[in-house]
Amino acid sequence: MESVGSIIMYLVIALSIIIFSVLTVTTRKILRSATFLLFTLFATAALYFKLDYEFLGAVQIAVYAGGIVVLFVFSILLTSHPGNNSERLVSKRRVLGLAAAVLTLAVTAYALLYRCGQALVELPEMSNPTMKEIGKALMGTGEYQYLLPFEAVSVLLLACIIGGVVVARKR
Amino acid sequence: MEATIPVLILAIPLFMFLFLGILGKFMSHKWAGILGTAGMGVTLCLAYFTAFTYFFSGNPDFIAADGQRLQNLVFNLDWLHLYGNLTIKLGFLLDPISAMMLVVITTISFMVHLYSNGYMRDHHGVWETGFQRFYAFLSLFSFSMLGLVVATNIFQMYIFWELVGASSYLLIGFYYTRPSAVSASKKAFIVTRFADLGFLIGILVLSYYTGFFDFTELTSAAVPGMENVYSVSEGTAQGIFNVFQTKAAAGFMGCSVMTWALVLIFIGGMGKSAMMPLHIWLPDAMEGPTPVSALIHAATMVVAGVYLVARLFPLFIVNEMHGGAALEIVTWVGAITALYAAIVACTQIDIKRVLAFSTISQIAFMMVSLGVCTIDEAGHHGLGYMASMFHLFTHAMFKALLFLGAGALIHAIGSNDYTAMHGLRKYMPVTHITFLIGCLAIAGIIPFSGFFSKDEILSSCLGNSTVVYIWMSLVAGLTAFYMFRLYYLIFWWKEHKVHEGHHAPHDQPWTMTLPLVILAAVSVVAGFIPFGNLVSWNGEPYDFMAHFDWSVATVSLIIAIAAIALATKMYMKENPLPAKMKNAMPALWRWAHHRFYWDELYYFITHKIIFNGICRPIAWFDRHIIDGTMDACATVTQKVSYAIRGLQSGNLQMYVWVYLFGAMLLGIITAIVLILV
Amino acid sequence: MELTMIYYLVPSLIMFSCGVYGFITRKNMIAMLISLELMLNAVDINFVVFNRYLFPGEMEGMFFTLFAIAIAAAETALAIAIIINVFRAAKNINAAELTKMKH
Repeated sequence: MESVGSIIMYLVIALSIIIFSVLTVTTRKILRSATFLLFTLFATAALYFKLDYEFLGAVQIAVYAGGIVVLFVFSILLTSHPGNNSERLVSKRRVLGLAAAVLTLAVTAYALLYRCGQALVELPEMSNPTMKEIGKALMGTGEYQYLLPFEAVSVLLLACIIGGVVVARKR
Repeated sequence: MEATIPVLILAIPLFMFLFLGILGKFMSHKWAGILGTAGMGVTLCLAYFTAFTYFFSGNPDFIAADGQRLQNLVFNLDWLHLYGNLTIKLGFLLDPISAMMLVVITTISFMVHLYSNGYMRDHHGVWETGFQRFYAFLSLFSFSMLGLVVATNIFQMYIFWELVGASSYLLIGFYYTRPSAVSASKKAFIVTRFADLGFLIGILVLSYYTGFFDFTELTSAAVPGMENVYSVSEGTAQGIFNVFQTKAAAGFMGCSVMTWALVLIFIGGMGKSAMMPLHIWLPDAMEGPTPVSALIHAATMVVAGVYLVARLFPLFIVNEMHGGAALEIVTWVGAITALYAAIVACTQIDIKRVLAFSTISQIAFMMVSLGVCTIDEAGHHGLGYMASMFHLFTHAMFKALLFLGAGALIHAIGSNDYTAMHGLRKYMPVTHITFLIGCLAIAGIIPFSGFFSKDEILSSCLGNSTVVYIWMSLVAGLTAFYMFRLYYLIFWWKEHKVHEGHHAPHDQPWTMTLPLVILAAVSVVAGFIPFGNLVSWNGEPYDFMAHFDWSVATVSLIIAIAAIALATKMYMKENPLPAKMKNAMPALWRWAHHRFYWDELYYFITHKIIFNGICRPIAWFDRHIIDGTMDACATVTQKVSYAIRGLQSGNLQMYVWVYLFGAMLLGIITAIVLILV
Repeated sequence: MELTMIYYLVPSLIMFSCGVYGFITRKNMIAMLISLELMLNAVDINFVVFNRYLFPGEMEGMFFTLFAIAIAAAETALAIAIIINVFRAAKNINAAELTKMKH
């Protein structure tokens, strides 16, 4: 039995995820869309905190909210014509998008609710993964340790930096 | 014998072919000619050395204690392992006829190489275009022909046989800008290739039943006791002999299996040696440069058919002993061809054509000689075989001489047509004398070489059948007649008119006259070679003077002299007699002049019957049914592509939508299936 | 009331559907990219939730999310570089109107 505070917290997080997601894709102004994305990402980070993954929540805020959204905002400002930053949606496109979204939702929800018994598993007890454990897992080479993907991601990021510079520089 | 020199005999011409063919472009014409000739000169020396060693060294590998000459495999390497004991080998077989052929081929080839240095340029010394290519092809031909004669097995011979055909094709079509040369080369290739089909089937039948490709094993079966000559175990020889005995009676369309095999192989020989009815390519092959005609279409390649029959002669003998008709077929094909070609030669105007028909006729002589050869008392113990090889040798010399002489005339006059020549004896004395020697040799006048070989052939014919003897004597008389007709029309008939502003014709440079003189000298003395001591069907020394029939000799000499006298009367001075003769027998003359319409017959069969009856419907089927099907496939694909190309709009969002929808549909289907289950 | 796994999965699902909707309807390439981020985020939540509920002592799901975030960052940076470049060339970042490269 969850505490009332926990349930209220859940409700706040879940509702903000849903509302801000919907607003992200329905608002016309693209800058607003980016702002709503930021809120969604914050809500997600809160969800990670609630599920006891503090490190992950911190990363989510730092990288997503702090890095990616700022990138978005900058690029929006760079690419939008002044006074013409809202877009009109074509109704046919909207219908198509709606159909796809609703279909996805329906099929997945059906699978989740009626075909997935594990969806009703209760929250088990778990101690937070400490920084020491996470660090060891990231830097180790044994079973359930992730040095190779870590290195691969570092190389990817390096390639991405160089690629970004090369692609975006002025000629 | 060490294998080095035999390998070099084959390797040098092959190397020269590659060397001149690849690098010829980068060297001057003069050096290409000198290098080609020098390479052939080295090959000539090596071949002479090999032949000399074989015949005269007394080495026990080559000659048995009782004087019998042996077949010697200098080397015999496995080339292709097919399966089981079926192996194709490449090697070098040394026996009397291959040693003799080495000498003939390298001699003529060297003379032609030398001669072409002069022939292949015009009066101002400007070289023909493609001169280096010409020498490269000559080397290729020499290589293939040498490989053919030293083949140790029938399959190797077939390979080189085809190579010879290909190089002949290349050389006939040397002037590839001339349509007539191109069509002549195609004709030669197709006709000989058609005949080679028979050869291949013959090889397959023969080796299927006997189980051998190698000549040594195949020919060891001829007569019990022959296996020593061929260094084959007695069991093998007996086995093949038994095959012949058992298959001698088994019939297919009235002939035994072995007869069929030998006749099919002989068809291959007919194609290469231009026997009727496959002779039609040879006269056209004269489109090639004259030295090529001398080398390929007179002296060497066209006798490959004779050589093939001679190589397998013991098998023909075994066949004969079991009542097979193969040798009889050889005889009659040869006899008919000889007469036909001799008659046609009497009416031709182009001097190279006359010589071409004369070649056909003389090769037919060799065929007849092999055909009538028997090894019993009546056949003078294989005189015909020896005579055929002897005639091959002498004919190669004097026919090459005649062709090279004709080349000198053509080069001087600029035309193949002897109506443009007449009375050249004063202008070109060396050519005149050597040409006369060639004519005397081919006519069979004592003591020129042709007399001896032809006389032996006639003796051999008499030993077999009187009909053949009379027939061939008639042909011999015709030979003398048409050769002297040619000689008189070129060198006598009337005074030569030198047109204003033209040089008078004159003898050619030394590169062209030297081969003429050498070949003329050989033609004079070659008859005195004790040929029987060197070449005979079973390797035993053959004393042909013991079989020399003076009555036959006298009769043939009288016939030849009479024919020459007739030719002298008709053609020495300009007179109306030839025209009268022509008018007296208009039909015969017209038929002979048109070569009895063989070309037209072939034309009719191929164009009218085969093309219209078979090829047109096939072409229609190909164009409408097969192409139509393919076209329909293409059209349908194209139409469908146009119809659905809207899907490939390049619109990323559309792709995502379709992908998602598809995935969800799959999900729905899965759900429905799960519910139903 | 017990907060079972489904309570966390449903918001993630709705977020994903929103991403789909946005990706299909939006014309602006940056808006499409934002929708893409939504979808990615929804998937990340799923990883974490499954890890937390089904394999509480282990960290695989968490690390998956960690790497996904890193890769998403890289991908976004590169995509934005491309978009800026395209904008510089075409003065426009409407996906449907960028047809120059097709021909």
